[in-house]
Amino acid sequence: VKYMLLIYGNEEAFSSVGPEAFAEVIRETDALNRELFESGELVGAWGVADQVQAKMVRVSGTAPVVTDGPYAEAKEFLGSFTIVDCDSLDRALEIAARNPAARYWGVEVRPLMHEADVGT
Amino acid sequence: VTDWEVVRQLAPEVLGTLVRRHGHFDACEDAVQEALVAAATQWPIEGWPDSPRGWLITVASRRLTDQVRSDAARRRREEAEMTRALPSRTVGTVPGDADAGAAWSGDTLTLLVLCCHPALSPASQVALTLRAVGGLSTAEIARAFLVPEPTMAQRISRAKQRIQATGATFEPPTPADRDERLAAVLRVLYLIFNEGYTATSGTRLVRADLTAEAIRLTREIHPLVPDDGEVAGLLALMLLTDARRPARTAPDGSLIPLDEQDRTRWDADAIAEGVALVTDALAHGPVGPYQLQAAIAAVHDEAPTADATDWRQILALYSLLEQIAPNPMTTLNRAVALAMVEGPASGLALLERLSVDDRAAASHHLTSVRAHLLELAGDHDGALAGYREAARRTTSEPERRHLLGRAARLSHRYAGC
Repeated sequence: VKYMLLIYGNEEAFSSVGPEAFAEVIRETDALNRELFESGELVGAWGVADQVQAKMVRVSGTAPVVTDGPYAEAKEFLGSFTIVDCDSLDRALEIAARNPAARYWGVEVRPLMHEADVGT
Repeated sequence: VTDWEVVRQLAPEVLGTLVRRHGHFDACEDAVQEALVAAATQWPIEGWPDSPRGWLITVASRRLTDQVRSDAARRRREEAEMTRALPSRTVGTVPGDADAGAAWSGDTLTLLVLCCHPALSPASQVALTLRAVGGLSTAEIARAFLVPEPTMAQRISRAKQRIQATGATFEPPTPADRDERLAAVLRVLYLIFNEGYTATSGTRLVRADLTAEAIRLTREIHPLVPDDGEVAGLLALMLLTDARRPARTAPDGSLIPLDEQDRTRWDADAIAEGVALVTDALAHGPVGPYQLQAAIAAVHDEAPTADATDWRQILALYSLLEQIAPNPMTTLNRAVALAMVEGPASGLALLERLSVDDRAAASHHLTSVRAHLLELAGDHDGALAGYREAARRTTSEPERRHLLGRAARLSHRYAGC
């Protein structure tokens, strides 16, 4: 079962923990990701580029219209996400709790939709 | 059957020979996988060897020896360990237990039992089974489960290490463990089947192969344990379910419910084989959950139209299934059958009697079944709310589409009423 672990925040939140703590967060995250890769549970982990890079595409009529944002004013934005493939929700929550971000900003856990049976 | 499939089918026998000769399941499995890849690339060009099996054993043994030489010190240490852990023995003959020997033969089954070791998670059991017994490459398995290849490689490698760590041997299980280990094998084969059968997305082609693979492996072990009605039951269940495949998907990829399928498109040969298997198994007993589920599938498959379905028989079979393997999902199915026999009110009353734990375990399925029964009872507002609620709670994409479709149909049909 695949789960998406999302970490939201903003520059202020991410930088307020101090340089040592931030370096420790990165070390712990790397170690956790390595462990999850070795157990065969890590599908991928990505940091998301800053919101100033975000583009919004809308198709109006037939022409795509590309604009910045609209997240520029948002208080919090998606900072990174990890996808794991593990046996249960409990295991996904355990992985989320071990992410150092859970101590500072929280980790949102969302099941990914799958292709299971509907009894036909 | 393609050439590659013929090659793959030799995998368990070749691996069994190697493990008995050299021990060390982990290294042998890698060597066999490399030999399979070599065969797939060389044979089409250089022609097939006189003895494909002999060729694979020779090449795999050579790979194993190369591996030993390349890391002699490490290997010596592991070899010593392995000789202790994996005494060589002729599979299928258990000294002092003639009965077990007679009822248990073939490397395929012994390998399956090893790959479905209880120390492994279901996902690892599935991955290892597909590679070591099915002979599929890591890349193929990774694609089928929508994970990156290195992730799947790691999962398989970790699974092999864990088996090694338990000290498990390449031997048939003891008579005391036999039923439990065989049940684990059947569970994994059924998981593989469902993984392939339920896929409707762009990965359909790869995952349809999983269905075929599960049927192939179950078909292969069926004659090895002829006394086990559940193996026959599972094979029948797979065949009777897979028979509906041609009719269960609309051209746009959406799922067609059983009662709306074009039954002339069902696979009559698969149905005939499945019916014969389950009839024979039920006649010889003891009755198990796979046999009962196959019998239910057979009743559906034998009905010329949805209206002609023998719901009384299905209700009786679900009642029996509920007794021997209690499960909230079975109760939900029994409620549907009861509604078809006695009317929706009886089905809804049965749902009301579900325990708190069963309610939690059945979660959105309960909401969805209740919505269906409310629709049959004519409570369209209740049904509409139920379908929408169930759609919010499911994590299955085809099911969400199906439930939203039911909701859309209801709200459209009864708009303004």
